[in-house]
Parts: sequence; structure tokens; C-alpha cells
Amino acid sequence: MSNIFTSSIGKKFWMALVGLFLCVFLVLHMSINLLMLLPDRSYFDTGVYIMSTAPVKVMEIVLFGSIALHMLLGLLLQIQNWLARPVRYAKKHSSETSFFSKYMIWTGGIVFIFFCLHFMDFLFYKYGWFGFEPASIGIQDVVKLDPVTRAMEVDTPANHNFYDIARYVFSSKSYCLVYAGFMVLLSFHLIHAFQSAFQSIGWNHPAYTPIVKWVGYIYSVVIPAGFAIIPLYFFFGGK
Amino acid sequence: MKPCRWFDPDRGHIRNDQSSIIHKQIITMEKKGLNLTLKIWRQENAQTKGEFKTYRIGNISPDCSFLEMLDQLNEQLVDKIEKPVCFDHDCREGICGMCSLFINGRPHGNDTGITTCQLHMRRFKDGDTIWIEPWRSAAFPVIKDLVVDRSAFDRIIRAGGYVSVNTGGVPDGNAIPVKKKNADLAMDAAACIGCGACVAACKNASAMLFVSAKVSQFALLPQGKLEAKERVSKMVARMDELGFGNCTNTGACEAECPKEIKITNIARMNRQYYISQFA
Ligand code: HEM
Ligand code: SF4
Ligand code: FES
Repeated sequence: MSNIFTSSIGKKFWMALVGLFLCVFLVLHMSINLLMLLPDRSYFDTGVYIMSTAPVKVMEIVLFGSIALHMLLGLLLQIQNWLARPVRYAKKHSSETSFFSKYMIWTGGIVFIFFCLHFMDFLFYKYGWFGFEPASIGIQDVVKLDPVTRAMEVDTPANHNFYDIARYVFSSKSYCLVYAGFMVLLSFHLIHAFQSAFQSIGWNHPAYTPIVKWVGYIYSVVIPAGFAIIPLYFFFGGK
Repeated sequence: MKPCRWFDPDRGHIRNDQSSIIHKQIITMEKKGLNLTLKIWRQENAQTKGEFKTYRIGNISPDCSFLEMLDQLNEQLVDKIEKPVCFDHDCREGICGMCSLFINGRPHGNDTGITTCQLHMRRFKDGDTIWIEPWRSAAFPVIKDLVVDRSAFDRIIRAGGYVSVNTGGVPDGNAIPVKKKNADLAMDAAACIGCGACVAACKNASAMLFVSAKVSQFALLPQGKLEAKERVSKMVARMDELGFGNCTNTGACEAECPKEIKITNIARMNRQYYISQFA
């Protein structure tokens, strides 16, 4: 049986749709993050408040489902692709191709590792789920410890709001760089992903496809850069 | 007999008076004859394990084709009472799609828009080492040496790559109106010769470019539209069954296709497939 859920093209269809949904979500997430930089904290707090309202909470479930589906399909397709060539070539392929498309499973995998860290740092921590501490605790060496009390200079945020958590998490300078570094990998994933999704849903047009590609390249630089601004802001001494 | 001013025994033609230029060219060409090291995949049959064997061949004219170079190697092997290297070929003019070979990391070798029979030895330098491998894909098992079984493509065609409606006798050219744009696109898609280079080039050994060309050549024309839905869903299902990989829009197929079939065909096949599923 082959249909829109099980066939090769069908799986790519859902993968692309879900991927594009994630792309839209990234714009939203990044915009709210950047409100943090405004001198008036209330904008950011309002943004976070809106994100905690009921309809958005429902979307959150859709979002987690989408991430899971995207990864599941990506992995499934990739395994089939590996099996489709059991004997490899001795001489490496040298065909001209889209460079980043060859590493999607790896850039995607690294983005997934980032998601895990990120959830531990913010989401699970905020809600106190699973007793998680921010993952940055692992690299405390760079966090300045008070020589007498051994307490961190930045206190564990008592009221778990995202602003304080961010200050806390990014009090480790090397951790700021880790976050920014992950954004480079996200960018690599998106460079191929954005335009590929349009091709997968069958949207290829002589006039518009070049535009889609350029929008994709701009998107895949601007979005990760926008995310990286926050850790870099703290890295360069922002409070 | 040595070549003289008047007669060239190798070429068997009498030179005219002004042929000293040609004579010089022949001498320089002989000087430029290539000496090559060939690493060729040898495999007795589908059951046995294969391996690369190294061969040295000298004095190859830069003007001969890649397949002619292999012919010369085989003649030498036969002279030495060794088994010749098996490779596929037929028309030797780039229209049948039989010749294959993954040469130095590229299907059909280091040139674009050509088949192996159209690859010339002038693309190589004296002293080069050339790796020659069969197409690698689970769906194209090796039969012997460099020959693979590409009947998986035939099975995909059998699943729906045809028009079964009764189209009657040859109608007047203008009786069925076809948009010029569609006629051109269908013609471009129909240029696919089923060589399998797209599968060989694809990092996922995906057959999407081939199938999309076959789907498109019919879907764009009035006679083909009638069965478009069943055709695409059956051909895609068969393609999946046969163990080809999935498309990741990497574009290696398009870069290596000797007929320069474009991946816009894959987008069209995807659209056709969604229509077949949803509409
Ligand atoms: C915010 C995070 C992510 C976004 C926005 C995103 C977006 C996308 C998009 C739009 C595509 C193109 C789909 C297509 O061509 O049909 C794609 C492909 C892919 N993604 Fe992601 N992705 C994300 C995270 C991940 C993660 C965590 C994984 C982990 C496994 C992953 C694995 C893949 C793979 C393997 C592909 C290649 C699919 C292909 O080319 O066939 N992605 N991604
Ligand atoms: S699409 Fe191109 S590479 Fe693929 S089988 Fe047809 S002619 Fe060969
Ligand atoms: S032998 Fe026919 S295309 Fe090369």
C-alpha cells in the first residue's frame, strides 16, 4: 500500500509542510526574544504573556508534535536512503550539488541536540519539570563563583521568568558561545531546507523559484543571527 | 610500412601535396597518445564479491571515445587470454542510454550533458588514473563487472508509463490543440533515455528524475492527461517498492543527466501525486 502517508513523496510532503510550519514558528520565537533587548522590559513580558495564553498553549502541542513528526520522517527517509545504496562508490561523488543538502541529517541532528539543551535550560526549568537544572550548570567553570560562599554571582532565578532564566543561563560566557555556535548549524540546516520544502510540495516556477531561493538564503541567515544576538549580548557584558 | 609524405598506412589514404600539415598533426597526435592507469571493478556475477583490478594501457588517442579505449583494453586482454571487461553499450551515439559507468566520481565521466559513449579521451591527461565503477544502487544489482541490471526502470514503466486510451489513427497535426509551452516541456521530458545516471549520481540512489520525466511527458499532453492520476500513483508506488531512495532535492541527478532533464519535473510529479491523492 502506498499513499500520501507512506509513499516516498507523501512522507516528503508532510516533512516539508511541518518544516515550513517550524520556519514560521522560528520567526515568532525570534521576534519575541529580541523584545528582550528593548529598554522597557514590559514589551518582552507582554510577549511572553501572550505566549502563555490558552490558544498559544494549544499551538505549543502542535509545535512539539511537528518537531517529533519532522524528525521521525527525516530519520525514516534517511534510513531508506542509506539502504538504497548498500555498496558505496570507491571514488567520492563529485557531481555538482546543493552542498548543505548532503548534511541535512547531521545538521538536523545537531539542531535536535540543541533543542534538548534548550528545553532543559528554559522550558523544563521554568515549569520545574523532571527536576531539571539549566544545562549550563555543566560548564560552571566560567561562571564566576564567590570565593567564600561558592555561590554564583548571578543568582538562581527565584521567580522563573524567561528573562531571569536567560540572564542566569547566559552568565556563563562559554555557554553563550555554545548557543551562538548552534545557531550556525541551524543556519546550515535552513539554507537547504527552506527552498527544498517548496520543491517538495511541488511548488517550482521559473519566475518565482529564484525568489524563493533568495528569500530562503536571507531567512536562513537572518533568523539564526537574530537568535544569536541574545547570547552574544550577554557575552559582551549585557545585563 | 612507415608513413611517408604520400601515404599513411594507418589511415589508408593517399595524402595530397599540401598534407605535410596533416602529417605533422598525426605525428604530434601519436606523441600525445595517453598512458593511463585504470582501476576497474571486476565481479564475476551477482553472487560473488567483486574487487578493483588495476590495468595499464598506453598510447590511447585523445580523439577516441571512452568506450573505444575500453575496447582497446579488451583486445589486449583477449590477446593475453584474459577475460575482457564487461560493460554495457549499444548505439554509441548518445541516444540509447545503454552505456553507463561511474568514472572518477561522476556518472558518464567528467563532462556535462553527455553519455559515456560521447566522452572523449581528450578529457584526460597523460598519466591519469581512472576509476571505473558500475552504477551503485540496491535497485540496480551488478550482473557482471560494470554491467548492472536496470530492469527496475522497465518495471516502473510497466506500472503505468504508457497511454492505454484508444487514440485512433494518426490525426491531423492540428486536430488536438496543445499549448506550445506544454509541447516543449513534454518533448524535453521525453528526451530521457532511461540510462540511470540520475540514480547513480543521487546520494540516495533515488529514481525520481527518471520517473518524473516519464510522468511529465504524458501528463502535459491531452492524451496522457486522462490517465494521469493512476499513472503517477502506480509509478511512484512501484518505484518505492523497488528500493530506490527518496529525493532530498540535492540536484545531483539534474547535474549529471545526459539529456539535461530538469528537477522542475520532480516538482511536477509531486504536484501530480498530490492531485492523485487528494483530488
Ligand atoms: C527549528 C528546527 C527545524 C526547522 C525549521 C526545519 C526545517 C526543515 C525544512 C523546511 C526541511 C525541508 C523539507 C523538505 O525538503 O521537504 C527540512 C529538512 C530536513 N530536516 Fe529539518 N528542520 C528543523 C529541525 C530538524 C531536526 C531537529 C531534525 C532532526 C532529525 C531535522 C532533520 C531534517 C532532515 C533529515 C531533513 C532532510 C529532508 C530531506 O531533505 O529530504 N530537522 N527541515
Ligand atoms: S532522467 Fe536523465 S539521467 Fe535519469 S534516466 Fe533519464 S536520461 Fe538518464
Ligand atoms: S551507447 Fe547508446 S547512449 Fe551510449
